[in-house]
Amino acid sequence: MSINYIYPEFEVVRRDDRCIRCRVCERQCANEVHRYDADEGVMISDEIKCVNCQRCVSLCPTRALKIVKSDCVLRENANWSNQTIKEIYKQADSGGVLLSSMGNPNPLPVYWDKILINASQVTNPPIDPLREPMETKVFLGKKSSPIERDASGNLKNNLTPQIELDMPVMFSAMSYGSISYNAHKSLALAAKELGILYNTGEGGLHEDFYVYGENTIVQVASGRFGVHENFLQAGKAIEIKMGQGAKPGIGGHLPGTKIVGDVAKTRMIPEGSDAISPAPHHDIYSIEDLRQLVYSLKEATAYKKPVIVKVAAVHNIAAIASGIARSGADVIAIDGFRGGTGAAPTRVRDNVGIPIELAIASVDKRLRDEGIRNNVSLVVGGSIRSAADVVKAIALGADACYIATAALLALGCHLCRTCQTGKCNWGIATQRPELVKRLNPEIGKERLVNLMTAWKHEIKELMGGMGINSIEALRGNRLMLRGIGLNEKELEILGISHAGE
Amino acid sequence: MKKIYVNEKWCLGCRLCEYNCAFANSGETDMVKALKGKPVKPRIHVEEDGKITYAVSCRHCEDPLCVKSCISGALSKTDGAVKIDKNKCVGCFTCVLVCPYGAISVQEETAATKCELCLSNSCGSPACVKGCPNKAIVYEER
Amino acid sequence: MKNYVIIGGGVASVACIEGIRSVDKEGKIYLICGEKRPTYCRPLISYYLEGRTDFEKMQYRPADFYEKNGCELVFATAEKIDEKNKTVTADGKNYKYDKLLVATGSSSFVPPFPGLSDVKNKFTFMTESDAESLNGVINENSRVLIIGAGLIGLKCAEGLAGRVKSITVCDLATRVLSSILDEDCAPYMQAVLEKNGISFMLGDSAAEFNGNTAHMKSGGELEFDVLVLALGVRANVSLVKDIGGTVNRGIVVNEFMETSIKDVYSAGDCAEGYDASIKGNRILALFPSAYAEGFTAGANMAGESRKLLNEFPLNSIGFFGLHVMTAGAYVGEMTEIKTESGIKRLFIDNDKLVGFIIIGDVKGVGIYTNMIREGTPVSSVNEEILINSPSLAIFSPEIRAKILGSVV
Repeated sequence: MSINYIYPEFEVVRRDDRCIRCRVCERQCANEVHRYDADEGVMISDEIKCVNCQRCVSLCPTRALKIVKSDCVLRENANWSNQTIKEIYKQADSGGVLLSSMGNPNPLPVYWDKILINASQVTNPPIDPLREPMETKVFLGKKSSPIERDASGNLKNNLTPQIELDMPVMFSAMSYGSISYNAHKSLALAAKELGILYNTGEGGLHEDFYVYGENTIVQVASGRFGVHENFLQAGKAIEIKMGQGAKPGIGGHLPGTKIVGDVAKTRMIPEGSDAISPAPHHDIYSIEDLRQLVYSLKEATAYKKPVIVKVAAVHNIAAIASGIARSGADVIAIDGFRGGTGAAPTRVRDNVGIPIELAIASVDKRLRDEGIRNNVSLVVGGSIRSAADVVKAIALGADACYIATAALLALGCHLCRTCQTGKCNWGIATQRPELVKRLNPEIGKERLVNLMTAWKHEIKELMGGMGINSIEALRGNRLMLRGIGLNEKELEILGISHAGE
Repeated sequence: MKKIYVNEKWCLGCRLCEYNCAFANSGETDMVKALKGKPVKPRIHVEEDGKITYAVSCRHCEDPLCVKSCISGALSKTDGAVKIDKNKCVGCFTCVLVCPYGAISVQEETAATKCELCLSNSCGSPACVKGCPNKAIVYEER
Repeated sequence: MKNYVIIGGGVASVACIEGIRSVDKEGKIYLICGEKRPTYCRPLISYYLEGRTDFEKMQYRPADFYEKNGCELVFATAEKIDEKNKTVTADGKNYKYDKLLVATGSSSFVPPFPGLSDVKNKFTFMTESDAESLNGVINENSRVLIIGAGLIGLKCAEGLAGRVKSITVCDLATRVLSSILDEDCAPYMQAVLEKNGISFMLGDSAAEFNGNTAHMKSGGELEFDVLVLALGVRANVSLVKDIGGTVNRGIVVNEFMETSIKDVYSAGDCAEGYDASIKGNRILALFPSAYAEGFTAGANMAGESRKLLNEFPLNSIGFFGLHVMTAGAYVGEMTEIKTESGIKRLFIDNDKLVGFIIIGDVKGVGIYTNMIREGTPVSSVNEEILINSPSLAIFSPEIRAKILGSVV
């Protein structure tokens, strides 16, 4: 095509009075934006290649660089936004489905930001977490009732296997292949140190990571990649992935170019072959079918591993969850529509599914109403961004949260949303060895541990403020929440009162 | 004795160590002022072979050949570090000839250039280590 | 407690003190120093002429070195060794030794040129006093004739460049630096020297002198004001020779730096030790070798039995910013790389790097030197990198990690 209709989205601004021509930017940009012109003694940028990942900005030792949004804009049109028009140009150019990655960036409502947390004042005094013990431990799995005692009056352990977490947060599924070996290793090391779990995603478990099994959730998804007996035995729990918040209703596609070396070996597929996960599990067309898979997996692991069923938050999520709770699953994981992905069709990512906040509230209510809430634990994800989001999710009814985007940000991700190109300059969403090595797991682990430790402190502060000293006592405690600027219907679904009420 | 060690597994070849080193030893407080438009004289350098990169700087040997070969008495080992008295050095570069690591370099005619662990500049601890974005260079006891 | 006596005040002697002290912190050390000043860096006298250093900076070790090391400096000339009673006589006094090091170095060799005694301003160029005297007579009108285009003569020429009216260097050899450079490499250096105002008369030397005129062998004549004689050196061997010690061109020592006389060691420019590049004994009149020999002798005098078998010729020298580094022997197969900035010749024999001549780009040359020293097989490293840009990249990551002390 002779005319390029799309003007570069970003401009590379280089302050020449600060640039010392060290060329670090040039060496660090896998997109080859920067170049040194020896004849003129200047650095040159090709902004059309820039994805605004800010690697160069972060490493420039004299802070000579910044990346700004181009102010070259099309004529303003409230209906036809710049973005919309550019997408049309792109498709007119390529004839293809638009691809994107990470979470939905559109300005849809974020209910977390419209929910406020309570605090104690006079009659029910707050607790100082620096002076008083504060419990953040949770156990995921079916809670048996009634409580039974033996002849001498001691509690009988009639519990099915439980997942014990030192704090109510886990790293959610990201496959080895979609993210790098070093990213996986960082997550595994951090999970171990934090006493929580990370999740293999649908990529199998690299043989080096079996040692972190006690802190691993092994995932079985529609492609069954990397699934074998040892894999199932290796983890602390098994997750059946039915759906993903970023792309409900569709499968996955890891291109053959990323199926190299250990990725192919771990997935148990030939190098260079596309890894296509079908939209449905071809053996699951009903809750009964799901129950069969749940029990197959339990049978294969001698009933020692809790089974998690993960679904995307979609319109009738409450009914779906009710079905799952009756399937024998120990945990239901729900992924909201702002959840991330390594690659998804843009239209699906941005238009399919519902916000996780509404899903939690409706699922929790439905399961309570049906008297089966204790059959399962509820883990929620899809853009949990802070300790406050965690506290709100738990107060709405979740047992624990899944985080992934926040974890990747801790590892260096700058949310440039071009994971699908495989040229992640931060060594996360790439398999290119020279890029993968940019993420030293020792540093990655430390940053993840720092982030989670900070969140844990914040969770305790918020709990203490509410006069609650155990996270279990917060679960489903919606009286601790108030809505702000929400309409009657939204408040009704969330099951909370409006601020001031 | 703490020393600088490199781990090429984590070296990105970004060469920030070279610039941080040159800056730390420039005596300036601003990197732009220290290095812009001026020759950069690092005491550490990155070597590469295709996709492998790693930094090399003085190993501060137990039994340093450079010190033993120095014809001007400018090189000495004190408190575990091989130091150079630039005032005494005449730039014969016998040290360059004998260093088994290729860690000493010729960057100015009057004296050899080598790492002194940032012990005698204002950096406090090695600038290359502080500035390495991926812990490919560490300063530790082994 | 042992008594150590060291004759000579050069680098080998300082190395010997450091060698002794690495083993024996107690024994008494006497350093008999004929030059009547503490050890200084002789090779630096040309830089002194240039004004790049001074006698104070040229001190090899800090002023308190001798005291700190329990070493008594005796400014006297050693006259004789009594190997039966184990004493050294210097300026009429006797110094008792248990172990003795003879590190008497070498002296400038001056042939008996006819008419030389009538030349007023004539100098050798080896000691601080040589440099001081030369420095005292030259001025911007001086025409200097240097006989000898070896390391000493040319460094002297460089030191004088720009301070005198003219400098002419003559040598019977047909090329400069004939001891370290071959016919192809020598012209490189000559050109640089010429560019900096130094004239050459090669394949020619003075036959006789008549006042300030040199009559050349070729028949020509040359007027000069200052004459520098840099025709080479002779090892000072007489102290050992006089008591029947084995002496060749230098005092013959074994790998422990022992002479043929019991408890007498020798090191430095006067000693003829093992040269690994020729697999035989010869004088290695080089600074690094002098140190290594002195240190080994010292350690052994104090009770160790260390062998020194890995010395070989090593030279690093520069003229007007152009650097030359050479090492080892120029035998075997030669690989040559010529660039605009210089020349590199590597000599590989039986899969081992045995020598090199490098002019110009000296980056990473120590890698080559180390390969010679260690006898690393060329086939075990990346030869292409080795030849083009010596660095630790010649090794596999595993070996390199070991070399750099990594724990992977």
